[in-house]
Amino acid sequence: MLTWLAHILHWSFLDSGSVQTALLVGGSAAVVCAVIGVFTILRGYAFAGHALGDVSSAGGSASFLLGISPLAGFLGIAGIAAVSLEFLGVRRAREQDVATGIVLGAGIGLSALFLYLDTTTTNTTGTAVTVMFGSMFTFPASLRLPAMMTAAAALVMMAILYRPLLLSMVDPELATTRGISTRWVGLLHLLTLAAAVALAALSVGAVLASALVIGPAGAAVRISRRPGVAILLAMLLGLTAVWCGIWMAYESYYWFAGRAWPVSFFVVTIIFLSYLTSVPLQYVRRRRFVRAMPMAAYAGG
Amino acid sequence: MHEHTTLPPPVPSDHHADANCASVLAVEDLTVSIGGRMLLQGVTFALQPGQLCGLIGENGAGKTTLLRSLIGVQPSPHGQVSISGLSPRKSRDLVGYVPQKINFAPDLPMRVYDLVQLGCDGHRLGPRWFSRRLHQQVMAALDAVGAQDFAYQRIGELSGGQQQRAVIAHALARRPRLLLLDEPLANLDFRSANELAGLLGHLTRVHGIAVLVTAHDMNPLLPVMDHIVYLAKGRAASGSVREVVQSATLSILYGYPVAVIEHGGRVLVLPHADAQAGEDGCYLMPNGSASGGQA
Repeated sequence: MLTWLAHILHWSFLDSGSVQTALLVGGSAAVVCAVIGVFTILRGYAFAGHALGDVSSAGGSASFLLGISPLAGFLGIAGIAAVSLEFLGVRRAREQDVATGIVLGAGIGLSALFLYLDTTTTNTTGTAVTVMFGSMFTFPASLRLPAMMTAAAALVMMAILYRPLLLSMVDPELATTRGISTRWVGLLHLLTLAAAVALAALSVGAVLASALVIGPAGAAVRISRRPGVAILLAMLLGLTAVWCGIWMAYESYYWFAGRAWPVSFFVVTIIFLSYLTSVPLQYVRRRRFVRAMPMAAYAGG
Repeated sequence: MHEHTTLPPPVPSDHHADANCASVLAVEDLTVSIGGRMLLQGVTFALQPGQLCGLIGENGAGKTTLLRSLIGVQPSPHGQVSISGLSPRKSRDLVGYVPQKINFAPDLPMRVYDLVQLGCDGHRLGPRWFSRRLHQQVMAALDAVGAQDFAYQRIGELSGGQQQRAVIAHALARRPRLLLLDEPLANLDFRSANELAGLLGHLTRVHGIAVLVTAHDMNPLLPVMDHIVYLAKGRAASGSVREVVQSATLSILYGYPVAVIEHGGRVLVLPHADAQAGEDGCYLMPNGSASGGQA
């Protein structure tokens, strides 16, 4: 039985250096995205999160062109886009969407230029697929330390901002009356979001980065009653999706006669399924609430 | 409902407020302009401990602007605001603020308890560690507003009245001396509005908190209100409820005929839609009486 299980699970896959790097970098991305994703959803910045992922593709493609670290490329452009979003005016929802759309368009345009230059002036192949959809098994080992340091810095920043960010999310005016600068808190949140998006873009690709930022956090927010619990649940879901995705991609080599499927596909599929599962769970939780408080006029009534 | 409240009397812990200062809030000659438009001019009034004061005026009269000036969010180039002898920026711990309707999404993962906790330490940096003192402070605030029954429910799934109680508990968490509420009765049904008005009266009587509240419909507040500040054309005047709540005064203030009637021992303020403005600016009631001139 155990032999059969060991054969099925192929535990030997942990011996591979590429797999170890993928697990470390992907795991870091999952944890950071979960923490920041919860705040991103609660502040209504899901579209901004998606846009930052797409815009960071310009950095990824530029890094291949310039021969620098892809993490630096993703991080640099996502950071610039985050600062632009804040200063273009994201005070009101409509302004936020307009600013996000404008920054998104500019970023994708740059990305198109860099990818064109990549294919016409260098002899790299598959850059577009790597940038857009990720390629975890090709990470160099030298990426481990900078990726984990980026993740650690983002987590420390979120730990520092935890309470002011929660209060700003409830009501910006309420936060202002307590002496919190909502502008600085907003900017620091967006910069941390940029770091999370850069790690996610590196792991599952720029196009799918938002799935890792929004998906686990979205499912956790639906079924949790407390912000801290939502963050822990999002971390659990994100880590499960990424690590299971890596394992399934590794195993798929054996399932499909030597043609391994991409990690990103498995990761986003698991995230999608977990989000679908959260819908009935939320329904059950709300029914329990209505039964417990029959006189309550729920949903803000 | 509120007999067992344990909210301690407001005692500022780390502020050197002037103990001899009788007024909790003193506003002198306050002038505020936004974008070149003068919204408030020479506003002067004071509020004593345990006083519940209504801030009334038509739409755009500057009620919210005045409240924002009192909490130091809206800069005021002229005049002085003093809260227990301190400027608004230095008296944040002494003021509880309840903004206009906060939209809590039904799926917001936050309980009433968590919101009140943020009222205690939401401005602090770094993660929160468990503290028995913090827990007691939160429970006292919840108890003071009668919100213990739904303290552990998601706030977005509660009724409007319950949400408003939760926000007031948030404002009370730091034991303020002054509570400012911006339209707390808006969008509430009769029962919730009257219960909330009773709660505000209780906070002033039992805890000695001074309350300044803006409201379009002042009827639920009339039984508990003992002072009124009214804003019209950027200027403010104040008086006791008996002085202000008169048909002629209110008709001038709102620029619309208002009737004040007594029913079942209660005073009620109603719009007098049947009245028409006469040539002299007085409002003619259906019975032929005049109710006041245009402001």
